[in-house]
Amino acid sequence: MKLDSKVPSGPLEEKWNRHLKDIKLVSPNNKRKHKVIVVGTGLAGASAAASLSELGYNVQTFCIQDSARRAHSISAQGGINAAKNYQNDGDSVWRLFYDTIKGGDYRSREANVYRLAENSNNIIDQAVAQGVPFGREYGGLLDNRSFGGAQVSRTFYSRGQTGQQLLLGAYQAMMKEVHNGKIESFTRHEMLDLVVVDGKARGIITRDLVNGTINKWEADAVVLCTGGYGNVFYLSTNAKNSNVTAAWRCHRRGAAFANPCFVQIHPTCIPVSGDYQSKLTLMSESLRNDGRVWVPRSKDDSRHPNEIPEEDRFYYLEEKYPSFGNLVPRDVASRNAKLVTDDGLGVGDSGLAVYLDFRDAIKRDGEDAIRAKYGNLFDMYQNITDENPYKQPMRIFPAVHYTMGGLWVDYNLMSNIPGLFVAGEANFSDHGANRLGASALMQGLSDGYFIIPYTIGDYIAGEDLKVVGTGHEAFSEAADKSQKQLDKLLAVKGDKTVIEFHRELGKIMWDKVGISRSKEGLESAIKEIRALREEFWQNVRVPGEANYYNKYLEFAARVADYFELAELMALDALDRDESCGCHLRDEFQTEEGEALRNDEKYSFVSAWEFLGVNGKLETKLHKEDLNFEFVELKQRSYK
Amino acid sequence: MSEMTINLKIWRQKSIDDQGGFQTYQLSEVSEHMSFLEMLDVLNEKLIKEDIDPVEFDYDCREGICGSCNMVVNGSAHGPKRLTAVCQLHMRTYNDGDTIVIEPPRAAAFPVIRDLVVDRSALDRIIEVGGYVSVKTGAAPEANLIPVEQEVSNTAFDYATCIGCGACVAACPNSSAALFTGAKVAHLNSLPQGYPERKRRTIAMVDQMAKEGFGDCSNYGECEAVCPVGISISSIAEMRKSYLKAVL
Repeated sequence: MKLDSKVPSGPLEEKWNRHLKDIKLVSPNNKRKHKVIVVGTGLAGASAAASLSELGYNVQTFCIQDSARRAHSISAQGGINAAKNYQNDGDSVWRLFYDTIKGGDYRSREANVYRLAENSNNIIDQAVAQGVPFGREYGGLLDNRSFGGAQVSRTFYSRGQTGQQLLLGAYQAMMKEVHNGKIESFTRHEMLDLVVVDGKARGIITRDLVNGTINKWEADAVVLCTGGYGNVFYLSTNAKNSNVTAAWRCHRRGAAFANPCFVQIHPTCIPVSGDYQSKLTLMSESLRNDGRVWVPRSKDDSRHPNEIPEEDRFYYLEEKYPSFGNLVPRDVASRNAKLVTDDGLGVGDSGLAVYLDFRDAIKRDGEDAIRAKYGNLFDMYQNITDENPYKQPMRIFPAVHYTMGGLWVDYNLMSNIPGLFVAGEANFSDHGANRLGASALMQGLSDGYFIIPYTIGDYIAGEDLKVVGTGHEAFSEAADKSQKQLDKLLAVKGDKTVIEFHRELGKIMWDKVGISRSKEGLESAIKEIRALREEFWQNVRVPGEANYYNKYLEFAARVADYFELAELMALDALDRDESCGCHLRDEFQTEEGEALRNDEKYSFVSAWEFLGVNGKLETKLHKEDLNFEFVELKQRSYK
Repeated sequence: MSEMTINLKIWRQKSIDDQGGFQTYQLSEVSEHMSFLEMLDVLNEKLIKEDIDPVEFDYDCREGICGSCNMVVNGSAHGPKRLTAVCQLHMRTYNDGDTIVIEPPRAAAFPVIRDLVVDRSALDRIIEVGGYVSVKTGAAPEANLIPVEQEVSNTAFDYATCIGCGACVAACPNSSAALFTGAKVAHLNSLPQGYPERKRRTIAMVDQMAKEGFGDCSNYGECEAVCPVGISISSIAEMRKSYLKAVL
């Protein structure tokens, strides 16, 4: 396997523009002869589909939800970054680039991140033109808020529903093209395999989730926009149907999986309340603008938080990181929450929570001002916990939120399988070992609106893509394989439900491949994952049949893939003998407990090649070296 | 009170061709902290172990924003709590021994797929005919060249928060989608970006609503009462105003 990042040469500021100049074009009358499949209709997928269709390509979109509008991007709360510098606080493309690459702890490609920062401003323009109602100032111009990991205010927002508004903008743009007859949209369809012919991605296999039919679809290129794999942990802030299956099946067909162990654990989520818990709810990071994080100074302080006086409160982020305070990046905030709860200072029934307190902000700005900023988040909190956050501090705890890892892609967002493009959270490209807040929406839309539409043309123009026909044996082989796997799952008829297996797998992952990892823990996790996977195939109980709507069958196939991915994540974490960003290995810390990178040995992207599963996952590590020409690698400091 | 026993009466229907009917189940050890959908998860785990097909229902984010869930609980779309999607409803709302009746959202335009799962693609088709601003990628001017009065922007946002769950349709005696359609029309027509296409948009979306088999609005107001995100019925007035202006 050869990994060529295809990063253009030249000064950082000129790479993308130069590349655009060099890129091959497909003429308008030829575009209509080509078909592109887009899988997933979140920010990346919907924006890519709309843009490709506007260019003249024939586009087919597939999503597992009953409407393209329901993709998980809809849940993003806080905002989207852009280097507009509307606040005149010294922001610039360079600064957004620098914050993002530093926030990612220097484990991403300089050129990709710079391009992301360059595209950020166009995204805001595009969204505003679509009618996305961003927050505005009295003068009618756009407002900004601050987010973690940055010292400027560059985050655009629509109250606490920015993802919803941006996704609806992209979905509507997509529906416009459906109306124009250029996009054919398939909902309640799940991609189960990638079809590779002569080494190129030439189509996909899907299952119609309503009637169970397995279908074959041919295309000149496939764009995978299927999101992240956080649900491997069972409990996460991801939507229940978010899954790794499409990406993992591509991996099984030869696409390299990059940095699988880079998982972001979001510091501000509502704590777990019981075994029946099905998902975790995030409270936007924007709350840390006004909320102060603390725990009692002493272990056995059983007083109501409102009765604990100032001197007995440990504002641990403010004390340890005076310059960033409560706005340290997510990985730092999560790790510190774990440290204080490990020390027995946690609050709530489980002891697995810390306080996020708005008392001082309410005193300073008034309850109305806080309600105007965060009203819907406070309501959501109260609804779930039955506690009033205007009157007492919220209880929060970290939860799995975002996966920086994903399928390996080059600068054109193409995987190592020609014709397979990967955008949004599904690729590994821009966030390194940690993603900064309000950057996921930016990346999804940058990929979909402003990168894929150009780079796909370059690929199509440069290839001789003859019609293959879905009668080709590669299509039948892939379709049979998909059907057989479902039949196999149904045939086990064991004693343990899919959910029980998934919950057990999630616990192994959270305990040993979660906020902090150790060699010993990872080695034992790998053994446990293998044993549980073995048991899964012997003893899983999947109800019903494959020829009708059967959600637990869908889950079973997804959990089967998580079992393989889980092992790869542990292997990747074990291989990376350093700490960086979200990946904290207990053995590699500074004296102050901060992540200790090893730039000499680990300044690379780990890209894993799938070889097989036979009791254990057979896999081979390839490395893409990261060369930093423009920024100096530093120990991150937010003190 | 922390553990309850709940009696469930749930609509079971194998497919659109099946007549369907209610089945009753008893579920014990229901915690007050469980969400309503988690309660159904627990029921399904029990059913699977007993070799009974689990109850199919739509859900995804479980945070009240994706609009996937939309079941009718004791006759009310999304259940008893105002401004709350059923995924955000918690069992503390109920008492030990309560009976809860769960049905799919019923409307001619929402055919049942299985149990509580219905086909709401009619709502997508309403958006398809005009629920957007026709701006191509790359054609947008600098964002701050389009100033929007804060109040106008806030109102547009209120309409734009519709999650497309279809509760308004389920609650309406006429099975009208006027609140859903009105919300999108009002969102886009009130903004300068949406102004040029306001006439075409409104006529197309209103016509499509009828074509899909949704009834007309006769001001019952049930839609506003069940809307989990509080879309105001004034959106329907805005839509009618726009429609009249467009056709006159």
